[in-house]
Amino acid sequence: MSHDVTPPIDEATTAELRELMGRYPQARSALLPMLHLVQAVQGSVTSEGIETCAELLGLTTAEVSGVATFYTMYKRRTMGTHLVGVCTNTLCAVMGGDAIFERLSDHLDVGNDETTADGQVTLERIECNAACDYAPVLTVNWEFLDRQTPESAVDLVDRLRAGEPVQASRGATITSWRDAERVLAGFEDGRADEGPSAGDASLAGLRIAQERGWSAPPIPTVADSETADEVARSKETAEAEADTRRAEDETVAEESAADVKGGGSADG
Amino acid sequence: MADTLTPVLSRGWADERSWTREAYEARDGYSALRTALDMAPEEIVALVKDAGLRGRGGAGFPTGMKWSFIPQDTESPGGGNPKYLVVNADESEPGTCKDIPLMMANPHELIEGVVIASLAIRAEQAFVYVRGEVLHVVRRLRAACREAYEAGYLGADVMGSGRRVDLVIHAGAGAYICGEETALLDSLEGRRGQPRLRPPFPAVEGLYASPTVINNVESIASVPAIVRGGVDWFGSMGTEKSKGFTLYSLSGHVKRPGQYEAPLGITLRELLDLGGGLRDGAELKFWTPGGSSTPILTAEHLDVPLDYEGVGAAGSMLGTKALQVFDQTTSVVRCVLRWTEFYKHESCGKCTPCREGTWWLVQVLQRLDAGQGREGDVELLLDLCDNILGRSFCALGDGATSPITSAIQHFRDEFEAGMHTPSAELFPPAASTLFAAEVSA
Repeated sequence: MSHDVTPPIDEATTAELRELMGRYPQARSALLPMLHLVQAVQGSVTSEGIETCAELLGLTTAEVSGVATFYTMYKRRTMGTHLVGVCTNTLCAVMGGDAIFERLSDHLDVGNDETTADGQVTLERIECNAACDYAPVLTVNWEFLDRQTPESAVDLVDRLRAGEPVQASRGATITSWRDAERVLAGFEDGRADEGPSAGDASLAGLRIAQERGWSAPPIPTVADSETADEVARSKETAEAEADTRRAEDETVAEESAADVKGGGSADG
Repeated sequence: MADTLTPVLSRGWADERSWTREAYEARDGYSALRTALDMAPEEIVALVKDAGLRGRGGAGFPTGMKWSFIPQDTESPGGGNPKYLVVNADESEPGTCKDIPLMMANPHELIEGVVIASLAIRAEQAFVYVRGEVLHVVRRLRAACREAYEAGYLGADVMGSGRRVDLVIHAGAGAYICGEETALLDSLEGRRGQPRLRPPFPAVEGLYASPTVINNVESIASVPAIVRGGVDWFGSMGTEKSKGFTLYSLSGHVKRPGQYEAPLGITLRELLDLGGGLRDGAELKFWTPGGSSTPILTAEHLDVPLDYEGVGAAGSMLGTKALQVFDQTTSVVRCVLRWTEFYKHESCGKCTPCREGTWWLVQVLQRLDAGQGREGDVELLLDLCDNILGRSFCALGDGATSPITSAIQHFRDEFEAGMHTPSAELFPPAASTLFAAEVSA
């Protein structure tokens, strides 16, 4: 309700868009952050936002639209105050994500990518959000809510709609989707120090190692002259090796069947 | 023989305010950078190469060798251009959840690695491309980057050395394909994230058509430890060809899911033992060694060494070491359908076999899942996979076929059953959930 009127892109926003452009060797690299900022200001990627980005970057509106429509985080409809994402990728779905989504959908009376009548919550199925050890996982404005149940999820959205403060499991106090978009665009909100270092699952191995006295081997003392010699020898041979092995090794690397995506898995 | 678990990257995650510069410095943070500043760039490259660090993002390519491909001679193609380092923090492979906790708890170790790697390849500009859907990680990265500038670890004069390294934290906008390195580069240039045809390779023509190294978060974050400990220390962990420590991510039907940092070569049996075993009454049915793009394995593979060679020999790939564990309550057809829907959704649309093929795969799997499969559907799935595998610019299409072909190999009966019985009848989904009252067989 509070976002019925779309604020215009004013001079202050234009100045921030230019600031983002200035952070990169080539201004167009700022387009994704700029679209995040447009969403933070206007609640979606508006036609005005597309025109402004195009004008600032010397692109056509078609080029900017082509980018904006490619990425799922950019929304063409005005969003609710909060974006509630339910992971329904395989592992979370099996662990209960499907049941959670179904319950929330019933409770809020909205389907996927729809917003409640009071404008408070947009519900979305999301893909794997890299928190599988906390499955089933929800996100609110891209903050983690770990190990949820249908009951906890209903309670969560009720508190969000009532305007009660909600603390992320591994993150800050929930703000709003627009505030989150501003951080993603590149402007800090002073909340980095909120929340824990890690959740219990992140610490599972470390805790066991501490209990059992396990650790990586001790680091050798620096004054190991052999190591220094070794480095010197490597230095002499490094360039020659690189030259002769470059072509064939790179071919092998790029053709590797394991050169899959995601998780940085193109780290060939 | 190293200990069973060897926390290096995760060693400080339980420390008070572990994400701050102060806390990182208190655990030897940025000492490796001091060492590296006294080394020639070629020495740093040689050190990482000799250590045998292999890419932790999935493919396992030697990191130091990748760095050595960057042309430094102004006469060679691209050699006169600026060099760039891009950290792939777009962690999106289903099941993969190691880089996000690393950056949340320990962002400075990544940043120290970024500076050292930049020095090694003579890059003055680096980027961390982090997926957009992890707000608090983006906050911690930006704060750590700011702190590193304030302390002089980043900027025009890194620790008074006269060397420049700048870093931009760049948030993506929701596209799995941007984890593919050339799609990531297009995205970072402000375009649709679609893979590029190679050659030219990024080492020669990457970001802004200039020489670029793209490394995974965990690979770069492992560099400071290698500088601190040296070649022999790093090699005292792991196996002959898969050296060092790494993060294994255990998830699914286990008692204690989470991150377990161990020498390469640990087995799932050992990890399950550390993780308290499967939940009560559960038996292992199938698992992924490294995310959904790596062929699934079964209980017969419990003792496979989880290193690049071991998992490869078992017919799969180590991938991202994302061990998703499913018990006997789980329908393999339902899982494969859901993964396939993901690939269909995330296919960038550039190559026809992947764009159209994933669409067809979903249709066939949907009817098998609903118990309305037709005679010959299993053969049809295999035929479709055969027409997708190896026929596109990047490996997304290949990855889409992995769960299907491997699942049919191990559980063909379940697909055949899809011709008459819905998966939800054979395997009621409620029994698989975390909040199921009890496990029913």
